[in-house]
Amino acid sequence: MSDVGEHIVTEPEEDEVASAALQRSRFGITGEVIALYAICVFVALAIAAICVAATGGSWVNVYTAILDGSIRKPGRWGLTLGVSAPILLVALGTVVNGRAGLVNIGQEGQLVMGSCFASYVAVRLGGPGPMALIIAMLCGIVGGAIWAGIAGALRYYRNVPEVLSTLLMGTVAQNLMGWGLRKPWLLLAPAAGRANRNQVSEPLNSHTRIPRVTWFGNEFPISVLVALVLCIGVWVVLDRSVIGFRLRMLGRNPKTAQRSGVAERRYGIGAMLVSGAFAGLAGGIMLAGGDFGNYQLVANFGAGIGFAGLLAALVARQRVIVLLFVAFLFGCMRTGTGFLTATGVSGRVSDVVQGLLVLSLLLPPAILYVRERRRALSATSTRV
Amino acid sequence: MTPAADHRAGGLPDSPPAAEFVEVSKRFGRVVACDHVNLALHRGRIHGVLGENGAGKSTLMKMLIGLTLPDDGHIRIHGEPVKIVDPIEAARMGIAMVHQHFSLVEPLTVWENVALGDTGRLDPARIRRRVGEISEQYGLEIDPDDRIFDLTAGMRQRVEIIKCLRRDPEILVFDEPTSVLSPAESEFLFAALRRVVEDQGKAVALVSHKLAEVISASDEITIMRDGKVVDYRPTAGSDPATLARAMVGRDVVLRREHAAFGVIDDSGDGAAPVKQPVAQQGQPVLRITGASVTGRDGRVLLDGLDLEVHAGEIVGVAGVEGNGQRTLGDVLSSLCPLAAGRVEVGGQQVATGQAGAMAGAGIAIIPEDRHDSGCVLDFTVAENIFIADPQRVARRGLMNRAQMNGMASELIEKFDIVCNGARAPMWSLSGGNQQRVVLARELSHQPRVLVAAQPTRGLDVGAIEYMSSQLRAAADNGVGVLLISTELEEILDLADRIIVISNGRIVGGMRRDEVDIAELGLMMGGAQ
Repeated sequence: MSDVGEHIVTEPEEDEVASAALQRSRFGITGEVIALYAICVFVALAIAAICVAATGGSWVNVYTAILDGSIRKPGRWGLTLGVSAPILLVALGTVVNGRAGLVNIGQEGQLVMGSCFASYVAVRLGGPGPMALIIAMLCGIVGGAIWAGIAGALRYYRNVPEVLSTLLMGTVAQNLMGWGLRKPWLLLAPAAGRANRNQVSEPLNSHTRIPRVTWFGNEFPISVLVALVLCIGVWVVLDRSVIGFRLRMLGRNPKTAQRSGVAERRYGIGAMLVSGAFAGLAGGIMLAGGDFGNYQLVANFGAGIGFAGLLAALVARQRVIVLLFVAFLFGCMRTGTGFLTATGVSGRVSDVVQGLLVLSLLLPPAILYVRERRRALSATSTRV
Repeated sequence: MTPAADHRAGGLPDSPPAAEFVEVSKRFGRVVACDHVNLALHRGRIHGVLGENGAGKSTLMKMLIGLTLPDDGHIRIHGEPVKIVDPIEAARMGIAMVHQHFSLVEPLTVWENVALGDTGRLDPARIRRRVGEISEQYGLEIDPDDRIFDLTAGMRQRVEIIKCLRRDPEILVFDEPTSVLSPAESEFLFAALRRVVEDQGKAVALVSHKLAEVISASDEITIMRDGKVVDYRPTAGSDPATLARAMVGRDVVLRREHAAFGVIDDSGDGAAPVKQPVAQQGQPVLRITGASVTGRDGRVLLDGLDLEVHAGEIVGVAGVEGNGQRTLGDVLSSLCPLAAGRVEVGGQQVATGQAGAMAGAGIAIIPEDRHDSGCVLDFTVAENIFIADPQRVARRGLMNRAQMNGMASELIEKFDIVCNGARAPMWSLSGGNQQRVVLARELSHQPRVLVAAQPTRGLDVGAIEYMSSQLRAAADNGVGVLLISTELEEILDLADRIIVISNGRIVGGMRRDEVDIAELGLMMGGAQ
């Protein structure tokens, strides 16, 4: 055994490299990340400003309008929170399937299915009391879960890539809703309630609407608080619990997970169900919350919230607590553009601003990822 | 060794070397892989490049075939300084390499694989003819129309060699060529190499960590350690002990560590601490009966395999790579269900292919590829230790990080794992230390059976020795150890009983103290 001791003596050289990499990642990285984000956002804003100026607008006005629309003007906080809540819920679900190593990009469709299920049940139950609302929301959860669960089952029983199936199932969901909105026995509102408009569902009555509260002059539905509680719950489960540990193991190394008792099908399909459930709930609270239309389904009801949530999860790089801020920021960008039209700038330019901002937030994680990989590679390749 | 070779190796070259490294250095981060290396390959000679894993020999050869560029110094081909930027450039200069891991397309035939990479019009007849010519010329007998997946590892290597020789290179590099070959196949390879060198006057570099084969096959030897050339000498008259000392940098007990140097010890009379025969009465701790597995492509991976391991014994499964060892390991890792047959631990049947069932039944495993199924590189060391039973450090489903890291730290100390503490990411550890983490985890569960699949692959001498002593200690503590290895030396060193796997079944076996190397070799080659 004395030889073993000698062997260890020869190793510090290798080990120093590893420890140096570790030091960097522990202490230097925070500043690095902040600087990277700052640079990227600044560049994006600058490019956006040039675009605005090139089309004859005033970039000062545009940015003022976005800030006014999202947080500065009275009452806008409430609206922004109301819009952020479903984004946060979708993103939470996305983190769950991401931890399991699965890619779900069909949240928009799952959200639509959730809202359809919730709408169908809510207008039929009608009331009284909170029970009807809760049942409707549960149905929304079930709708979203089924939609994602199908993709999960296809993945594990038939080897269908979930990236494709979730996305395509999204298109199916959109068209199913469109079809349902033409059938009175499904979603279409009775002729009396439609007032010349076709393809809308019956508005929820007051029993099945989510109560709204007003804090400091900002009015928002209590679903915002539910989303916050769920966020903390997801954080505890994913980052602190045995289930989260196993889910992460499955995502990082399915074979090791299988050997260690994590059944791939059970955990994988479970993660997809949970992911879809969150998107479905997001659809439910969009319908019953009041910040998206008039408590009724219309064509294109999803409004891209599913995709916004997916982007938020990407930007937050699967970290639950960071999601809170990212979801709020995405909410700001949505409500902020509400004031843009007043500046005379074309709505399309506001899309460009949004797109560039998202890109600027997605770029740093990509850069960091590549660099992390390089470090890991250089640390391992030296010992080949 | 022929007298002619002796003469050449001893004498001075009158023409410039075919390839020459001049003060070549290569760094990866702060690790120096090659440090001012000088080395010359001459026509008509086999140059053995000897060193432990991580000594820098592979890096050196990668520079020669253009897979990586030197940081410092340069390479000369026929006396001309050159810059080899990629393997295509290297091929143009007449440099070819037979890699340790084959790059063959399995569903294609031999000649199709040989033709891969050709440009322009394909002329199957001409290529078939060329394959025939080469195989005749060098005694590398092969049928150009065979499909690769029907071939044994030895035959596959022939295809790789033919691929190289077809372009008629001046300089040939062989990287650990015998790691997948049976003893007979290795001998055949070296005979073919000798013909290449003597008849064609090619320059050959033989990179290896196996002392014995370098001594038997080469004309001159360069020994590398920690990226430096520590010794260069003609092979004739070198004695193994001196070479081993140069290789490791300390005195070596060849008798005790022979397995690490690839020296076969067939004395059978107590080089290794051969124990008294273990009592084999009673129930075996592990019994596999009639195990059959068919792969997705319809190939039979295990074909009615039977084996038994008793408490306290080390059973070595010898065999040439690709005869079902990997599948056997997968079955015992719950990664693969059996089509027929059963696995019993202590008389109790264990469900196969069901997540965690094997581990739950008390089968610990050191997998063949630890990155594949042994650990999670992105997890911390502590997390890797509690992969199978996070409940042990959890209350009401919530994990207690402090407790987990504390318990992991104890194991880190107990198993001498060199790392930056329990919270260091697994990828930051060296291969040997990653292996120790796996070992620490598996042994900490008080297993009844320990399966070690190629446990020392890619480790250096010190780490190999540590692993060996741990396996021996486990057996002494009453664990039944199943050692699956393609390194016969390793099995001879450790096992109490040797069984041979071939084509997915156990074809025979013998006790360590009655071992007959020749018969073992025959069985490994497929003779029943």
